[in-house]
Amino acid sequence: MESFTVLKAVAAPFYHADVDTDELIPHRFLRKPLSAGYGNFLFHDKRRGPDEREDPSFVLNMPAYRQAQILISGPNFGCGSTREGAVYALRDFGIRAVIASGFSDIFSSNCAQNGVVCATLPDPVVRNLCEGLESSPGSELTIDLPNQQVVSSDGVTYRFEIDSSRKSRLIDGRDEIDVTLKHRDEIAQFEAAYMKRLPWLFQAGRVT
Amino acid sequence: MPTTMLRKIIDLHTVTRSGDGDLLLYVDYNVVHEGPFYAFDGLAREGRDILRPLQTVAFADHYVPTTGRARGSAGIRDAEARGMVERLQSNAQRTGIVHYGIDHPQQGIMHVVAPELGMTHPGMLIVGSDSHTCTNGAFGALAFGVGASQIKHILATQTLWFKAPRAMRLTVNGELATGVSAKDLILAIIARLGIGGGSGSAIEYAGHAVRALSMEARMTLCNMTIEAGARAGMVAPDEKTYEYLRSTPYAPQGAAWEQAQEFWASLPSDPGAEFHTEIEMDGSKVAPMVTWGTSQDEACGVDETVPDPASFADPGRRARATHALAYMAIEAGTPVSNIAIDRVFIGSCTNARLEDLRAAARVADGHRARIPAIVVPGSRTVKREAEAEGLHEIFLRAGFEWRDSGCSMCTGSNGDLVPRGERCASTSNRNMEGRQGKGSRTHLMSPAMAAAAAIAGRIVDVRPLLRS
Repeated sequence: MESFTVLKAVAAPFYHADVDTDELIPHRFLRKPLSAGYGNFLFHDKRRGPDEREDPSFVLNMPAYRQAQILISGPNFGCGSTREGAVYALRDFGIRAVIASGFSDIFSSNCAQNGVVCATLPDPVVRNLCEGLESSPGSELTIDLPNQQVVSSDGVTYRFEIDSSRKSRLIDGRDEIDVTLKHRDEIAQFEAAYMKRLPWLFQAGRVT
Repeated sequence: MPTTMLRKIIDLHTVTRSGDGDLLLYVDYNVVHEGPFYAFDGLAREGRDILRPLQTVAFADHYVPTTGRARGSAGIRDAEARGMVERLQSNAQRTGIVHYGIDHPQQGIMHVVAPELGMTHPGMLIVGSDSHTCTNGAFGALAFGVGASQIKHILATQTLWFKAPRAMRLTVNGELATGVSAKDLILAIIARLGIGGGSGSAIEYAGHAVRALSMEARMTLCNMTIEAGARAGMVAPDEKTYEYLRSTPYAPQGAAWEQAQEFWASLPSDPGAEFHTEIEMDGSKVAPMVTWGTSQDEACGVDETVPDPASFADPGRRARATHALAYMAIEAGTPVSNIAIDRVFIGSCTNARLEDLRAAARVADGHRARIPAIVVPGSRTVKREAEAEGLHEIFLRAGFEWRDSGCSMCTGSNGDLVPRGERCASTSNRNMEGRQGKGSRTHLMSPAMAAAAAIAGRIVDVRPLLRS
């Protein structure tokens, strides 16, 4: 996984409450291989009309935001299903960080698995940032993950919240399975004790 | 120290903790559908093995058709959908995980099949590739959904890094009225909490109205907990739980049953255990609920009118409701029971168990649907049981279609779609824009309410029908 430290990039303002995973990527694209490039599926039904033509008024279709690597939105971003395709779509489009006034638990966890930062800021700050970006389209924000700071183009700094373990994983870019397998012996010991404690779960060599 | 059920289950499964305070939890069951093929691909690419194949169970549910099932996966016309079903099958065969495929006599929706086979026990940690894995919490298990990367992690290590959620207890006092079901209760709960209101929490449902629910109804309740943003929902095990499990194929046998039951009885939250949040509701005040918008908290009683977005204090909620009403083509102030419906879907992991089908059949019996209506049993077992009772004949006489089991029109990933612009009365769990098909409009409600909508061709209050 790519490591994340500091990113200075164009930020797209998309202030909506409760942006859900069906919106981020409709279910019908989840059968596509990753090699198809999920970036085209991001916000598909918002970005494109029934005739598949781009809606020029959708933020990511505007020339100023086509290269955006940061998306800003409202509370409870990414609610709904577990589909990691929502994160693949963001990542393949080029989004490396989402700033929002809140995230769904499953979504932010999926982001951390894929090198995408979920930075939580208070709702009024998010609204202000969005207004600032709308008044000067295409301007950049800086996300400093080690220091947990968002810096606006006029130099104002905001401290954002992020889960500490997700933060360190994003900075390290380390493989979580490799980390866990260092605990291989502990897992084996746990398992042996657990089987002794709840033996009926493992009757006849199978669980339950 | 008095301890919550949530904490007891977490402690029971904790292998170790990280410097950041994350817990490495041992997973009893990893349940997957066709979706997380990325996880199997990733493992193969990285050359990793599955640590405990018997503790992963795979279910073909999202992409299976609900008609023309005689030829199994070969009969799936859509090549991509067929590919998803066959891919799960080949991954299962290759890795030795347990597989309930399209031809299996017990095939069905994962959250219907696992509990009905008795795989779900109190105190278990069950993690799945689907957000509605929280259904299993009805047995006093801790169960939740994760994305494909974490499924991959469980496949490789049988564990998961986890941050303990806050404990919330939601006590529902009183009794639910006739015609009011667990679906109505959970829609009322979500309307109260908001779709992000449970974020960061696991909800333990308690109180007289919850204890009075059957196991199937408790599954409906826990199933939609994710729609309030909560990580998991759970109900403490009791005699009903044991009674339900006793006759299942995966129940502990002989002396092991006594041993298991003794352990299960130790799981409920201790008196005096502290919850981060406590909420109380009066179950007797809950009416049959209907969603009018495109989020599950945009719901009201069937006897109410669609609210004016201007009445919402929160600007975000107001904007969302305004947008939702435009998408739904409904005006504020419209009586909910005047809304005309184009089609009906009775199914999904929320409401496709035997009791749900009985409730719908009771309403449909002796009437005739005015609009297309499909009934999709949650599993082939449910279908057989329903047919043994003659429920299929009631539905067929009433003009409802009687289909084979799967997720069907809840997500439409198998091709069972609501056409653009049509309005569907649905017993499923999500009503976001385009959820049942591009441009589809969804009204979530209970099975009895959906059956009544099919008969009337519009949303109606089912309560008077049940009294007559």
